[in-house]
Formats: sequence, C-alpha cells, structure tokens
Amino acid sequence: MDVLKIVFFAFVALIAAMAASFGLDQAYILHALIIMAVAFYLFLRAVRQFGEPAPVVGTGYQDDVVRAGVIATAFWGVVGFLVGVFIAFQLAFPALNFDLPFTTFGRVRPLHTSAVIFAFGGNALIATSFYIVQRTCAARLWGGNLSWFVFWGYQLFIVLAATGYLLGATQSKEYAEPEWYVDIWLTLVWVAYLAVFMGTIIKRKEPHIYVANWFFLSFIVTVAMLHLVNNLSLPVSIYGSKSVQLFSGVQDALTQWWYGHNAVGFFLTSGFLGMMYYFVPKQTGKPVFSYKLSIIHFWSLTFMYIWAGPHHLHYTALPDWAQTLGMVFSLMLWMPSWGGMINGLMTLNGAWDKLRTDPVLRMMVISLAFYGMSTFEGPLMSIKVVNSLSHYTDWTIGHVHSGALGWNGMITFGALYFLVPKLWHRERLYSDTMVSWHFWLATIGIVFYAASMWVTGIMEGLMWREVDAQGFLVNSFADTVSAKFPMYVVRGLGGVMYLAGAIIMCVNLWLTATGARRDTPHAAMAIAAE
Amino acid sequence: MSFLKHHKKIETRATLLLVLSLVVVSIGGIVEIAPLFYLENTIEKVKGMRPYSPLELAGRNIYIREGCYTCHSQMIRPLRDEVERYGHYSLAVESVYDHPFQWGSKRTGPDLARVGGRYSDEWHVDHLINPRAVVPESIMPNYAFLMDTKIKPETARPLLLANARVGVPYSADMLEHAAADLKVQVDIDGDWEEMVARYPKAQVRNFDGQPQITEMDALVAYLQMLGTLVDFSTFKPDASR
Repeated sequence: MDVLKIVFFAFVALIAAMAASFGLDQAYILHALIIMAVAFYLFLRAVRQFGEPAPVVGTGYQDDVVRAGVIATAFWGVVGFLVGVFIAFQLAFPALNFDLPFTTFGRVRPLHTSAVIFAFGGNALIATSFYIVQRTCAARLWGGNLSWFVFWGYQLFIVLAATGYLLGATQSKEYAEPEWYVDIWLTLVWVAYLAVFMGTIIKRKEPHIYVANWFFLSFIVTVAMLHLVNNLSLPVSIYGSKSVQLFSGVQDALTQWWYGHNAVGFFLTSGFLGMMYYFVPKQTGKPVFSYKLSIIHFWSLTFMYIWAGPHHLHYTALPDWAQTLGMVFSLMLWMPSWGGMINGLMTLNGAWDKLRTDPVLRMMVISLAFYGMSTFEGPLMSIKVVNSLSHYTDWTIGHVHSGALGWNGMITFGALYFLVPKLWHRERLYSDTMVSWHFWLATIGIVFYAASMWVTGIMEGLMWREVDAQGFLVNSFADTVSAKFPMYVVRGLGGVMYLAGAIIMCVNLWLTATGARRDTPHAAMAIAAE
Repeated sequence: MSFLKHHKKIETRATLLLVLSLVVVSIGGIVEIAPLFYLENTIEKVKGMRPYSPLELAGRNIYIREGCYTCHSQMIRPLRDEVERYGHYSLAVESVYDHPFQWGSKRTGPDLARVGGRYSDEWHVDHLINPRAVVPESIMPNYAFLMDTKIKPETARPLLLANARVGVPYSADMLEHAAADLKVQVDIDGDWEEMVARYPKAQVRNFDGQPQITEMDALVAYLQMLGTLVDFSTFKPDASR
C-alpha cells in the first residue's frame, strides 16, 4: 500500500511536470506547476513515512478537520470581502485597475464572487456539515482520512480557480468560471464529500435523520447535478485551459441560469438552512418550532427552486413560455422560503429575552431577517414588469448582497462564534463586546450597501428608459454612469464596514482559541439591561 | 395531515431520502430545458447567420478572457428604450454559434449586441487603450496591453476544430484555411476574396493600424461584426413562442 502511494504521487508529479512543459497558456502552466509541487510534497511525505506503522485511528467525533474548516472559512471570508471592497472602489475610481491584465475588474470580479460563494461559503458548509452530521447521527465521520481529502482537495480547487481567473482562464459562465480540468477536480472532491456525508448518515446511531441533514444532503446532491450539466465542455487542447461549451446560445443561457439560480438555491440556501436548523435551536436551547413545517418547506423548497432559473432571462430571446414558468415558480418560492424563516424565528418562542444578552443569537436572528427580506425581494424582482426595470442594473447587485452578506454571512458568523469555543474547548468567547461591534458594523454596512444599490439601480433603470415629449431618449449611457458615482462610494464604505467587522471577528476567534478571555460574561450584561 | 406520518419512512432511510431529493430536484430542469432542444420555434429561421471567422473567434476569446461579460450584455430586450438605444431586439439565432453564450446579466457599460459598425476602428482602439480619452465618464479599465500581444495564426485551427466538434458548421475547407484566413483578414492587399466567400460580410482591414496581428486587431474585428449578420428583411416574428 505504501509503495503504491509513492508510485502514484511520483507518477502524478511527473505527468504534471510534462503538462507544465507542454502547456499552451500561463494559467495552465502555473496550474501544472502547482499540481506538481503538491504531488511532490505528498511523494516526499509518503517516502518519509514508509514502513512506519499506520497511525491509530481515533474514536469519538473527528473534529480536527472541522477546526481546519473553521480557520479556512474565516480566512477566505476576509479575502473575499477584501477583494469585494477593492472591486467596489474600482467602479468608483477606475484608476484602481492599475493597467495590468490581472488587476482589471473583469478578471477580479469572478475572483470575488468565487472567493465569497465557494471559498467562504463552501468551507463554511463543509465544516459545519461535518460538525453537525456527527452530532446529529452520534457517529464519527465515515471514511477515515477521506474527510481530509475533501478539505484539502477543496482548498486546491479554490487556489486553481482563483489563480486561473487572474491569468485569464475562464469559461465566462457566472459562478461556474473555472475551466475544464478544475471542474473535473471539483467533481472528484464533491463525490468524496457526498461519500463522507452519506456514509456518516448510514452508520448513524439515531433512528431518524435530523432535518439539518436533509438540507445538507439535498444541497450536496443537487450541486453535483448542476455542476456536471452546466460544465459540459470540450477542451480545445489537453495542454491548454481553453474549452468550448457543449451547448450554445439560448440552450446554454438557460442551462447557465438553471445552474446560477440554484447555486443560490442549493449552495446558498439549502446548505445554509442546514446550518440554521442546527445552530439556532442550539443557541436558543429550544427545539425547532414546527416539525410539520420543516417537512413541508423542505420538499416544496427543493422542488420549486429548480424552476426559477428563467427569471434571469426575462424579455431575452428565451421563449416566453419558459420565462412565464420561471416567473410563476419564483413567485411561489416566496412561501417555502418564508416557511424556513418562520421556522427559524419561531424557534425563539419563549427565549426572545436572550436576544438582549446573547450577541451570537442576535447575529443568527438578523440573518433570518435578511433571509426573509431577500426572499421577498427576489420574487418581487422576478415579476416581468419589475424585472424590465431592475434587470441589468445595480438593483440585482444589491439584492444579491443583502442575501449573501445578510443571510449567508451572518449565519456563518453566528456558527463560527458557536463553534470556536466548542472546538478549542473554551468555556466561552474571548469577548462578547467584540461580537456586538461586529454585529453593528456588519448590519450597518449591509444597509449602506443595499440602500445605495437600490438608489443606483432604480435610478439608472429609470434614466435608461426616460423619453422626452418628442419621444427621444433623454439620457446617454454615460450620463447614467456618472450619476452613480456618489452611491458607488457609499457602497464601497458599506463594504469596508462589513470587512472591518469580519476582521474583528477573526481577532476575537483567534484569542478565544488561544485561551485568552475578557471579563464580560453574559450575566453582567443581563443585569445591566434590566 | 396524515401523510406526514409516512414521512418517517423517508427520514429513517438515507438512500430513499437521497434518491427522492434527486428526483424532486430534477423535474424542473427537465421540463424547462429539454424542450429548448426540440421545439422548432425556439430558434428563428432567418438568413445571414454564419460561424465566426478565425479572427473574430480569436477576438471573442479575448472578450471572454477579460471578463467583458461582467459589465456588458449582448442581449437587447424588446423594450422601447432598448430598441431606440441599441437597435433591433436580439434574436435567439444570433447566438446560435456562441459556445458559450455571452448574453451577460449586468450593464455597468452599455449593451454590445449591435455595436458592430457604430464606431470607427480608431475609436475602438483609442477607447480600449484609454476609455476616458473618448468617454470622460467611463469607468472601464484600460486595455492598452492588447496592442502588445501578438496572435499566433496557428492557434486558429484547433479552436475552430473544437467548435466544429460541438456543432458549429465549420467545413473542412474552413478548417484547412483557418490560419491563412486569420492572417488575411487584417491584410486588405492580400487575397481575401476566398475568406470572405467562406465568411460572408467579414470585414477586411488592419483594425489596429499596427503591422503585426495583435489581440487588439482580433477584439476590434469581433466588436465590429457584432449584430451585423442577420438580414432582418427575412425575419418574421412568431406570434407566440
């Protein structure tokens, strides 16, 4: 077995070295070199460990991989927010593009979206799902070191995707930009993720599968389906990063937005609802509000979300029947979305007073509030007449960010504040005051962001369509660009506040993990509030 | 609500839960996407569409590589102001050879579906080198580096071949002459008649004014042909589709 490992890693390193020397473009060559370095490191490690007895397999929960995931989540979060702030200011001050190919908005924007959705969000999902599935199944993660393969394999995917964008390797399909070999690698990692998760559920000691795990399972399996279909492509050369998509035009467009909308629906909604269904009851100390509501909203959300993609293509060359179907399902989607929000919020029944004393719970509750708000705004924007104004404008960007920053960000911060003391065996967080600072900075930052984007979005939408008494267009396109400048600065400042909050969180979590503490226990704050 | 009692069967069986989730989640995509491949009125029947010439295709790759789609759409909606501003609304057939599509989702800059022929080559070159030199309000990055990067004509054939393999009707003739066709499109003194016969309406000239073939040539050639192919006299709108 050891010999096999050594031979395998040597072989991979050799193939990667060959690929690097034949490579046709910068991104491909760099990626081949990265893979070669990783394989070479693993080869050396295998040689050094040759003949050593296999390490004793631990018992109990496997939490070291969750700890690594928590660190990766916080790290990629800060990276993603920082890149977001950078590109926000690029749109206000174009000199920040620096005249270099790899710092232009067009290449950095996919880096921001992928860093936030897949690096920050993805690591949060993998870490929390590994934590939750063990607790709710009373079982250790299935597959031994396979969970470590999932973790490191996923980090490699992130590095390959991110460096690829900056060097110009992109499929140009939003949120699915990585090129063909990165897609293949992610598929392998994802299958391993499904295996670990499913394996753990199968060997559970609890008879019932807890509701959080339904959401995680549907998220994993749906993302696998979306990823496979939307990335069907043919490489131009096996020595280059460039590929052509199997589908074209209208079919490719709907496939892309079927994927794109359900990256929101399953990656950023179902998966994060899995987090919500564990951490909110835990933090409140109350059971989930309604078991029936969980069942109804789980199945209706899973069924309906997948239909909503065409609302990204209203009034385009997509046939009308598909647009109408997409709109109808998007409107219906409001109900199961709010079902989840209500189930989460009502879990606080009898424990609402904790909001005064527990800033972590406050974070989770505001995330549900933002979830409710953006899942109301979404159906509204999917109505064709509204969409005719909102589409192509900053309103969409504001909508996405109230969901991503408000719902996904806040629930993840709440989960991290919950997890770090548990995973590093500390009694409580270093400082609750810092959590409050984070809470307010993030909340006000989101308000700045969303409000400025409502203003620019609706303004430019109205300016584009404005005609005078003779029927001529009033505004040139350039007029609308310059009109947006002040709001672009406000948006950037909102981003800075959100980033500052995340950095405060990292300091707080770091000090918690290293065992430092400040004397601001919950009880003292409770008395002050009375 | 008695059916809820039966839910126990699902939530105590992991494989059943997995399979049912997958079934439930597959339906919407199948119903919405699959018909687009066989419903005949999905793609309009008009004259004029042809595959991209090798130079235009190289330009399109640069458009994709630089992430132009993050700020520019190529999809004019049938709304009064858009038709006034950008021209005839976009047809599905106009992106039939786009692997992948470039409809975009955001207009930080204007729509480009019919930008072809609207500005001179010199305007495009000046604008790409420094957008604010010609549009003071612009927030677009500078793409001066495109002037310095040369295009290798031998990269044309593999690219055409890959497109042919996913269904773009590139003939054996087109594949054979890919490199030569790329070169001749920037050479007004060359023998470009055959190239134009293969790619009708292809525009032949030195787009960036430099002797060598650069990425600027390719990108401007691509921009100058966008939306110029369809012969709208042959287009009859379908009453419902």
